[in-house]
Amino acid sequence: MSKINTLEDLNQAGKRGLAALIPSRIKIMVGMATSGIASGAQDVFNALAAEIKKRKLAIILSPTGSMGMDCMEPLVDVLEPGKPRLAYGKMTVKKAPALLDQIAKGTIEAIKPFYRMDEEEFIVLGEAKRYFKGAAPAYLKGIPTINEIPFYTKQVKIATRNCGLIDPESIDEYIAKGGYFSLHKALTGMKPEAIIEEVIASGLRGRGGGGFRTGIKWKSCREAAGDIKYVICNGDEGDPGAYMDRSVMEGDPHSVIEGMIIGAFAIGAHEGYIYVRNEYPLAVANLGKAIETARKCGLLGKNILGSGFDFDIRISKGAGAFVCGESTALMASLEGAAGEPRAKYIHTVEHGLWNRPSNLNNVETWANVPAILARGGKWFAGIGAKTSTGTKVFSLVGKINNIGLVEVPMGTPLRDIVYEIGGGIPGGRKFKAVQTGGPSGGCIPEKLIDLPVDFDELWKAGSMMGSGGMIIMDEKTCMVDIAHYFIEFLESESCGKCVPCREGVRRMKDILEDICAGKGQEGDVELLEEISKAIIDGSLCALGGSAPNPVLSTIQYFREEYDAHIRDKRCPAAVCKALIEYCIDPEKCTGCGVCLKKCPVNCITGEKKKLHVIDRTKCIKCGACYESCKFDAITVT
Amino acid sequence: MAKFIIDGKNIEAEEGATILDAARENGIGIPTLCTHDEVGTAGACRLCVVEVKKGNRSRIVTSCLYNVEDGIVVDTHSERVMAVRRLVLQLLLARCPASDLIRDLAEEMGVKPEPRFTVDTDKGKCILCRLCVRTCEQVVGVSAIGFSFRGADKTVGTPFHEQSKACIGCGACAYICPTDHIEMTAVHDKRIIWDREFKMASCSVCGRYFAPEDQLEFISKKTGVPMTDLMVCTSCR
Repeated sequence: MSKINTLEDLNQAGKRGLAALIPSRIKIMVGMATSGIASGAQDVFNALAAEIKKRKLAIILSPTGSMGMDCMEPLVDVLEPGKPRLAYGKMTVKKAPALLDQIAKGTIEAIKPFYRMDEEEFIVLGEAKRYFKGAAPAYLKGIPTINEIPFYTKQVKIATRNCGLIDPESIDEYIAKGGYFSLHKALTGMKPEAIIEEVIASGLRGRGGGGFRTGIKWKSCREAAGDIKYVICNGDEGDPGAYMDRSVMEGDPHSVIEGMIIGAFAIGAHEGYIYVRNEYPLAVANLGKAIETARKCGLLGKNILGSGFDFDIRISKGAGAFVCGESTALMASLEGAAGEPRAKYIHTVEHGLWNRPSNLNNVETWANVPAILARGGKWFAGIGAKTSTGTKVFSLVGKINNIGLVEVPMGTPLRDIVYEIGGGIPGGRKFKAVQTGGPSGGCIPEKLIDLPVDFDELWKAGSMMGSGGMIIMDEKTCMVDIAHYFIEFLESESCGKCVPCREGVRRMKDILEDICAGKGQEGDVELLEEISKAIIDGSLCALGGSAPNPVLSTIQYFREEYDAHIRDKRCPAAVCKALIEYCIDPEKCTGCGVCLKKCPVNCITGEKKKLHVIDRTKCIKCGACYESCKFDAITVT
Repeated sequence: MAKFIIDGKNIEAEEGATILDAARENGIGIPTLCTHDEVGTAGACRLCVVEVKKGNRSRIVTSCLYNVEDGIVVDTHSERVMAVRRLVLQLLLARCPASDLIRDLAEEMGVKPEPRFTVDTDKGKCILCRLCVRTCEQVVGVSAIGFSFRGADKTVGTPFHEQSKACIGCGACAYICPTDHIEMTAVHDKRIIWDREFKMASCSVCGRYFAPEDQLEFISKKTGVPMTDLMVCTSCR
């Protein structure tokens, strides 16, 4: 690892990186982020490696991060010199030899790529590099380009710019994409105040959920009294279903590190911490390797890029408490104390970690910084909505066809995210609601589907941006059950320090449990609202302060479902087990026997080709028959 | 000095004072369960919340933590404030039905138990005010007790709920506990607290068992006063 001290050193590293990114040999990339590995990418990688070795091929096999389309994992990209880059989805070990065969033959007969890339965007440099000259080869006719895939058409990637394109372990490849040039620019040509002005001009707001203006926060921390200051990266992503920060830490760790060095220089900090949850082993590993590499290159440590500025980063692993994503609890945990929040009347930018001025930003926020410095605050402010600039990464999960990570300009209508990027709801079912902002966010109903997604609009709709989780629900989702699920999560994650959150949230859970069990009482909804208001007003931190949101937003938009449960003892979505009965419609039942076989408690009887019957006294209401019947003969009442 | 208003009364207090300090100095009562002059603040009970208006903005703050500011208008009994206090007391009534302190406070404030809250049977009288833990750490200086678990399962105790070698049996935790949750029993020359038996030292003058030997040794070590000088009880000194 050679030292990087000058602009020339950076250029040299960039050249090496570009030769690795777009080499003169065939290169196969396997998406090895957690989403890929969970789908079997490691096996695919090993199979390809073994096959390449066996055939003595001069093919480069490289790991990379996630391109976001997790429903197509394991993803394998093939880049041949002078040809478009081809993406193969749902790769298997079995398909590995066939893939190498068809590369040798120059065909796509055996396995069809699902898109091609003619060029690669280098957003930090403000340019795109074409993989080949002239037109795409004729045999690729009919393969759509990446921008023709609805999942990608409306995406603009800034924070996740390098994920799935570079080898996260290669600092050269990161530099080739324009990485560390912003740091050079900041350290050698800009005053700290000018950097802060640029970030203020960008309008960047905290991506962790608070939406506080990043530049203003930096300024306050810079101006705070004290010689020793800290910058901290919050990688304690804890919302169920949210994993955008994980993807960035795994797929592009240097973007976070570069952002933090720039921030530290602007603020006047010489020590930084990345607080990342231990349930993210790959993120911890990749960040650790990237920090080590940056140190060896001299990009962390003493006298960075010959500027005289010293800065280093340490990783601190969280033990998995949701509340540790809250800034003061995170700092308490960093200090070695229990992860409990404190009141923030005195801001952490003045008295934070070890009572010293501390600037905490989320992973995605830090990753945006190098791009902002490179392209200018004005450029960033030109993307997205007026008061929410830039892009936001969302994790699209739940009842949606295209599960994955998407990065869109702020203000993109919810409809585009759900129907175009997300590809709509599976099984042709109706979209019902989307939970944004994690467990402390809210449910946005179908009638607000045209809502532009930005900090302020989500807030107005009774939800919040949060870290960017989007859980899509279809018509078969019971909103009372959903409210109960989130409240149960928050109850178990409450740190227990203050009374309203510790005791209040569990009482709300008890009432919701009763409602779902058909034991709801008249006045329960009003009581839930009353408790909610007092919890919001009375809680010590934002976890308690926003805990009632899922209940309040579902009451606001789905009050009739609560009433049906309480008054009619009926679950309209047929989810709450205590309130439903399964029966077989004699007119539709063909006597095929599928339900009989699926029933785990053998409570369905009937001869072949004759009407089947459910014994309700034995039925455990698991819904296996309902899911398995092809004739819609099982009804739920 | 900061000039501001609490419940319509013009008040002056030093910068750095909390609203709770300033209110009490001026004879305005704000209920609390987790504050004590001898230990640092926690902001855990939320009973001391007040409504603060600053310009057009009004919000609920914790008076034991919020420092006074010029021009603020504080309402210690607004509707929003009372709604929080009512909920806190109802929640504590359901958690610790046997606590006289909570029952009396609720009665005083006209708060009735919420029938939809199922009464707990496993929490004893502990309201998790943290006074014991803070006293053990900040006043006694041994940190023998702390918290385990989180949420409603949070409990106060020695590490792993095993007999603690750090505990000196001083009983400060039991003395400060506002609800008498912490049990301390004395039989002849023995004191039992946190499941550990402490041998009591007898006063060299009157012979009364007056303090655990462990506590006297701790004091001796900390102050340099020889043990023999510490063997006299406060009454005989």
